[in-house]
Amino acid sequence: MRPNPLRSKAVLSDPAGADVPVGRRSFLRLGAVLTGGLALGGNSAIAEPSQESPPADAPWSQSIGAGVVDRPYGRPADTEASVIRRNVPWLTATAESSVSFSPLQDLHGIITPNGLFFERHHAGRPDIDPAQHKLLIHGLVERPLLLTMKDILRFPQTTRIHFIECPANGGMNWRAAQMNSLQFSHGMVSCAEWTGVKLSTLLEETGIKKEAKWAMVEGADGAHMNRSLPLDKCLDDCLVVYAQNGEALRPEQGYPLRLVVPGWEGNVNIKWLRRIKLGEKPWHSREETSKYTDLMPDGTSRGFTWLMDAKSVVTFPCPEKPLDGAGLYEIRGLAWTGNGKVTRVDVSVDGGINWQTARLHEPVLSKALTKFTLPWRWDGRPALVASRVVDESGYVQPTIAELRKQRGSNSVYHNNSIQTWQVKSDGTVFNVQLA
Amino acid sequence: MYSSRKVGLPIVALLLAAGGGRAGAAEPGSFGYGTAATPAQIAGWDIDVRGEDGAGLPPGKGTVDRGADVYAEQCAACHGTFGEGEGRFPKLVGGVGSLRDERPEPTVGSYWPFAPTLWDYINRAMPMPAPHTLSADDVYALTAYILNLNELVPSEFVADRNSLPKVKMRNRDAFIWTDPRPDTGAKPCMQACVNGADVKVSSTAEDRNLTPRTTGPLDTMQPK
Repeated sequence: MRPNPLRSKAVLSDPAGADVPVGRRSFLRLGAVLTGGLALGGNSAIAEPSQESPPADAPWSQSIGAGVVDRPYGRPADTEASVIRRNVPWLTATAESSVSFSPLQDLHGIITPNGLFFERHHAGRPDIDPAQHKLLIHGLVERPLLLTMKDILRFPQTTRIHFIECPANGGMNWRAAQMNSLQFSHGMVSCAEWTGVKLSTLLEETGIKKEAKWAMVEGADGAHMNRSLPLDKCLDDCLVVYAQNGEALRPEQGYPLRLVVPGWEGNVNIKWLRRIKLGEKPWHSREETSKYTDLMPDGTSRGFTWLMDAKSVVTFPCPEKPLDGAGLYEIRGLAWTGNGKVTRVDVSVDGGINWQTARLHEPVLSKALTKFTLPWRWDGRPALVASRVVDESGYVQPTIAELRKQRGSNSVYHNNSIQTWQVKSDGTVFNVQLA
Repeated sequence: MYSSRKVGLPIVALLLAAGGGRAGAAEPGSFGYGTAATPAQIAGWDIDVRGEDGAGLPPGKGTVDRGADVYAEQCAACHGTFGEGEGRFPKLVGGVGSLRDERPEPTVGSYWPFAPTLWDYINRAMPMPAPHTLSADDVYALTAYILNLNELVPSEFVADRNSLPKVKMRNRDAFIWTDPRPDTGAKPCMQACVNGADVKVSSTAEDRNLTPRTTGPLDTMQPK
């Protein structure tokens, strides 16, 4: 972009620590806001006029705004700077093999914006040159094939909306309520519109030998992260995608190519996909033996627990979004299931004694986040707010007590239990578990 | 291998359905995109090793002694001199008999079911800052050393494509490779589902001081 000679080169430090150049006019506007006693990065930069003052023209109404391509790509309003992916610094040894959480408390729909989609890397985020990236399909196929990104883009396109959830989402709450936050208790789920080619189309193009029963899928990252998948699932609904919400995948989501395995645990949705090999048996890679297996109280472990069972959570109110006095509210939340579609969500405000069925908002899509709401007149007394999803297979979201009865509390993965938020009479909200 | 609840139609039906929907789609090579992968090209990327029987292990070998040297140089900084794990980096050793405990310690010795998987993982992902820099012999040597630290093989053990699949791992038979879920049978009760007197908070995240902040700059909190 050409520099605008009408603008000075003032530089401000934004709340995330990056220096951002600002024009003189916006600098003055910021100054006006700041002297009004409001900090950048708060929920509102709009100064509340006193009740006596007449409606006034706000400063931004008395000037001309920035022109087009002022921000050629675009970015959220500066006052939304707190709405970012966040990590738990004490959780992992390094940031390269770690996870970040989506700010569900500030999201209002079923689609996660690309910059807010949760991250999970095993060897950091590679920055890949798409001109050099290739996908190799070999093993028990008729014609081993090497595909460039150009080749892959020529295949017939498919677009679908699906959630991806890390099976460790909620893992920190297996033993007890630990994370007092919606973002950190549930933020390892996100949902996007994915565009690419059906994996079945690619495998039909190579031809599948009749002995083939499994596929090994592998990434181009430093860990060459790999998993085994049953061939039936590959041919059923898996996608090899290059686009997310209409634009190229973000590097942290697998640019230029990733696998989407609808409804199955996030780890098998291999990012930076470079290789698919068909075989007769599973590989039992480190990520499906040492990790992503569920340790039971009797010392046995469950492997190949790919399915993400039905789960729901109330996103308002939540610890980050308390209530502001008694009155009428809309309880809001998200539900999803690896079994297909959400058929019903019930909400309780008394700790599960009584339940009311919430309204599901269209679109209700298979293996996608589904939004629900329920009006609630809060009387200002302590409440225990929870949601419970039922999916099209008839599966009912369990309580944490029911899960622990079956699996103890050391299984790390697949905690899809009902989340209870404790609302205190001052409107503050806490993550609790019930006896 | 897995429950029928999890998968869709049988392969044959899908192939037939796909073939009926798009002319010639089920014929291999009908699009004609891409290039045939040559054996040499495949060999360059074909690194996977099957855990159960070691299929895919390359030629080469390594001793426990050689492994100790490579380990000291390449691994000890994170995994500890004897595999005990520095800080929050993974322990490689110990935890035998701990899997039913309140705080289980899953390690190569206590948890991993297949020895060839250890070779595969070191070869594909380690050392973390410089992956894919070790020779096959050094990966064999490291595998031998880590198995020896876990008292799974004697100090004179030589790891190679024949010996690794024969190592009996302690936890091999404790894995169930068929998903038993759904393992809960909750019914969606609507009214008077629980006795009000039984609704008690058993655990709260309030005042635990484990949660990073969710406004302002990223938190840098460390364990208390």
